[in-house]
Amino acid sequence: MLQVEKLTKTYPSEDGQQTVLRNVSLALAAGESLALTGESGSGKSTLLTLVAGLDQPDQGAIRFQNHDLTQMDDAGRADLRRGEIGVIFQQFNLIPSLDVAANIAFHARLAERADAAWCAALATRLGLEAHLARYPEQLSGGQQQRVAIARTLAARPKLVLADEPTGNLDEDSSDTVLDLLMSGVRETGAALLMVTHSLRQADKLDRRLHLSHGQVSG
Amino acid sequence: MKRAAFSALISHWRKHPIQLVSLLLGLALATALWSGVQAINAEARASYDRAAGVLGQDELQRLEPRAGTISLAQYVAIRRAGWLASPVMDGAINLNGTRARLIGIDPLSTPPQSSPVDLSGDGDLQAFVLDGLLFAHPETAAQIPATLPPVRVTDTLTPGLIITDLSTASDLLQTDSFARLILAPQQSVNLRPLSELAPDLLLIAPEEGNDIARLTDSFHLNLTAFGLLSFGVGLFIVHAAIGLAFEQRRPLFRTLRALGLRKSTLLTLLATELFALAVIAGTLGVALGYLVAAALLPDVAATLRGLYGAQVSGALTLNPAWWLSGLAIALLGTAVAGAQSLWRTANLPILAPAQPRAWAIASLKSLKRQALVGAGLIALSAVLAGYGSGLTTGFVLLGCLLVGAALTLPLFLHVALNFASKFSHTALSDWTLADTRQQVPGLSLALMALLLAMAANIGVGTMVSSFRVTFTGWLDQRLAAQLYVTARDQAEATDLARLLDGEVDALLPIRYIEAQIEGAPGQIYGIIDDITYRENWPLLAAQPDVWNRLAAGDGALVNEQLALREGLDPGDPVTLGTAQFTVLGVYSDYGNPRGEAIVSLDQLGAKGAPIQGFNFALRLPETRVDEVTNLLTTAGLPARNIRDQAAIKAFSLDVFERTFTVTGALNVLTLGVAALALLTSLLTLSTMRLPQLAPVWAMGLTRAKLARLELLRAIILAALTALIALPVGLALAWVLLAIVNVEAFGWRLPMTLFPSDWIGLFIAALIAAALSAAWPARRLATRPAADLIKVFAHER
Repeated sequence: MLQVEKLTKTYPSEDGQQTVLRNVSLALAAGESLALTGESGSGKSTLLTLVAGLDQPDQGAIRFQNHDLTQMDDAGRADLRRGEIGVIFQQFNLIPSLDVAANIAFHARLAERADAAWCAALATRLGLEAHLARYPEQLSGGQQQRVAIARTLAARPKLVLADEPTGNLDEDSSDTVLDLLMSGVRETGAALLMVTHSLRQADKLDRRLHLSHGQVSG
Repeated sequence: MKRAAFSALISHWRKHPIQLVSLLLGLALATALWSGVQAINAEARASYDRAAGVLGQDELQRLEPRAGTISLAQYVAIRRAGWLASPVMDGAINLNGTRARLIGIDPLSTPPQSSPVDLSGDGDLQAFVLDGLLFAHPETAAQIPATLPPVRVTDTLTPGLIITDLSTASDLLQTDSFARLILAPQQSVNLRPLSELAPDLLLIAPEEGNDIARLTDSFHLNLTAFGLLSFGVGLFIVHAAIGLAFEQRRPLFRTLRALGLRKSTLLTLLATELFALAVIAGTLGVALGYLVAAALLPDVAATLRGLYGAQVSGALTLNPAWWLSGLAIALLGTAVAGAQSLWRTANLPILAPAQPRAWAIASLKSLKRQALVGAGLIALSAVLAGYGSGLTTGFVLLGCLLVGAALTLPLFLHVALNFASKFSHTALSDWTLADTRQQVPGLSLALMALLLAMAANIGVGTMVSSFRVTFTGWLDQRLAAQLYVTARDQAEATDLARLLDGEVDALLPIRYIEAQIEGAPGQIYGIIDDITYRENWPLLAAQPDVWNRLAAGDGALVNEQLALREGLDPGDPVTLGTAQFTVLGVYSDYGNPRGEAIVSLDQLGAKGAPIQGFNFALRLPETRVDEVTNLLTTAGLPARNIRDQAAIKAFSLDVFERTFTVTGALNVLTLGVAALALLTSLLTLSTMRLPQLAPVWAMGLTRAKLARLELLRAIILAALTALIALPVGLALAWVLLAIVNVEAFGWRLPMTLFPSDWIGLFIAALIAAALSAAWPARRLATRPAADLIKVFAHER
């Protein structure tokens, strides 16, 4: 479903060009989960943003279903994100002006795939039913991340990209949130590509890919 | 330590140049509009003072007739009784179409304090007395024809004034009586009292002398009020910029305090920084203010000349005191705008959260609290409208109304957006409305400025348009005659009357005398009984059978200004000159700042005072206007002494238009400042809004679409602001028409509504909002993806 081929990305820096990713390739089948691990600055998050179509690589190709993201314009990639890809960030990045219920339904409504019963079921499963009328600033970090997961799953994406989704949470909350994410992804049949520092969490996924200095090392 | 801390503090401005520019520009514009108006007022007042001081009226007592002039016999009687009095002739002469005031003095008896010209040079006195030397301002000197006596130019006189010897003045004015007698400060003791010697003359104290300054006070107060409004709108920008800069530096303040910087030192450094910014912006503002004043002064001078007969030079002089006061107002404005931020910083605990509070994020509770204060101010303005009086009260009322409305605006926007969200059915519209609601606190200051500017625009626009409609209709009524003719003397007037007998439908003499009306200078007109007056004269209130009773000498008509000033109604007694009359009616008299009355021509003649003005109004068919004009010119009357109705209307409307040119210009400038406030706020917010926009972008909205939504958001907010600006503007118009104008000018006008103007302004506001949002929206549309991605990687 997802094929990344020889991806290279450089950013301008004070010392000239800094290569963040170098000839990175990976593949992900439907319903499969893959953990991206590596030290800070290894290029994990950059790889995730390229796969999400948030940025463009300098070289290489990203094929998702029948689309080559590197050949698509900004609007095309936005359409793909809206309909097929869900992104979960470490900082939750909820919409502060909307309450929890509206946040959960938001992506699905953008994708014109809103299903009130599914949203309600997700809220119940993620333990958010008592907080639906609250606003993000009134929730704890763990609760906010559960809302972010619910928002992504509510849209039933084919591919879920998660950038250290438990990075801001304590160990207990992390395990709970990850378990909820994994079960939700399994239920929807989506593929999961997750960036994490934690080897323990990475082991819960089907496969693991290690990045070091912008290259796949294991 | 201090230097390091200060350099850390000001490094903020290097990182946020737009904030710096908006702060400096806001303060500079506020200072410019305020100091520009002050410069105009100062220039005009200096001219009044020069005029008032020209014959020492500001220092010396003088005798003036209750009505008419002072005869030579009266003057001789006073001198023979031992009083040191110097006679003055005062009248108007025509200089190639423009009128100039000619004053004749006796240089030998004039007290030194009242000598308007310097005659100390060799032969000056001889030339003044024997050659009839004329002294005049350069502007006036240039208009004096060569047929008049020689001219000496002097800057000490106001434009439009000519000083000469009594005998020359007597020739040029064709009179041998005096306008007033100036009394020397030192007089002999045991003189016969003036009240016995000359009971017809009034002893005027020096401080009462400056009539022009008194008459024009309200005009200048109006200008000052508009200057203050512009200044207030500008301060909204300054307040917003300072507030934001302080909020964004809260983590820095905490760090500096944690590193051992004393609170007092931190506050001193911040105050120093504000002082430096105020001096820079103030200097720029004063320079801009000079340009504003120089651009507007010619129109103000023309207005003052047309409306009040006040001569003000069209050129601006630079005064160091004015520069300093401009800088002072900039410093004061900065202090007012920065006080709240400094106070917050002073009370900030060292361990306060490092993350900056979102800019001015106000809870619903604080919005309600603010709206409550606003409602209180609006209620106060309603009380003042019902029970207050006086021009100052009128402006306090305006202030309460405008500030009150501005304070209630954020809550109104919050409620309106909340209401709109009930009808929203898509995720995007839900988010747009919710996000707009969240933006309201950050934009509220700019939107308040927009509200004030728009309300002022609607209010002043309605006032001016109402005035124009009323004034035009009134001119059509009052200028019913087709031709207006001025004879040069009594003999010519008699000849003209004989010539025109049978040639016109009606020959209406226009005669008047200068007289004291209820203790203030004014004019009493005498008219004959004619159908023209009965059909056309605009009466606001009248007793039954008013025209027959006027013709029978049963009373007088008074103008609205006099009636309002003295609280006169039909049936009340009024003192005109030395006699008492019954008020038969009140007539509207727009454009005339003085009290005026009308009696029958017979009664005017019976008052004994010299009748002035040898004018006639001629009623005749339009088709015969050219024929009668030719008849008059063939008889030797100069063409400039014959004016048709259209020319007089055009002149009157020109005076009217010029009167409101300045307020119109200030209005447009205020709207411009408000648009700038919106632009700077949106630009500043655009950098802070990435955390709100990035997740939506990540979920599949393009930057271009987000940018279009940003544009739409600004337009929605401007439209809602315009909706509330309309009732506020109309209330403002009512206050201006029913309270301020009555107090300032002495006439009340009916309020006329002009919905097409509102639609125009509404569209202009939307365009201004769209233009203000266009730049930040474009920046968002072209923003590198990396900037948005950073949002996901960094703590907000």
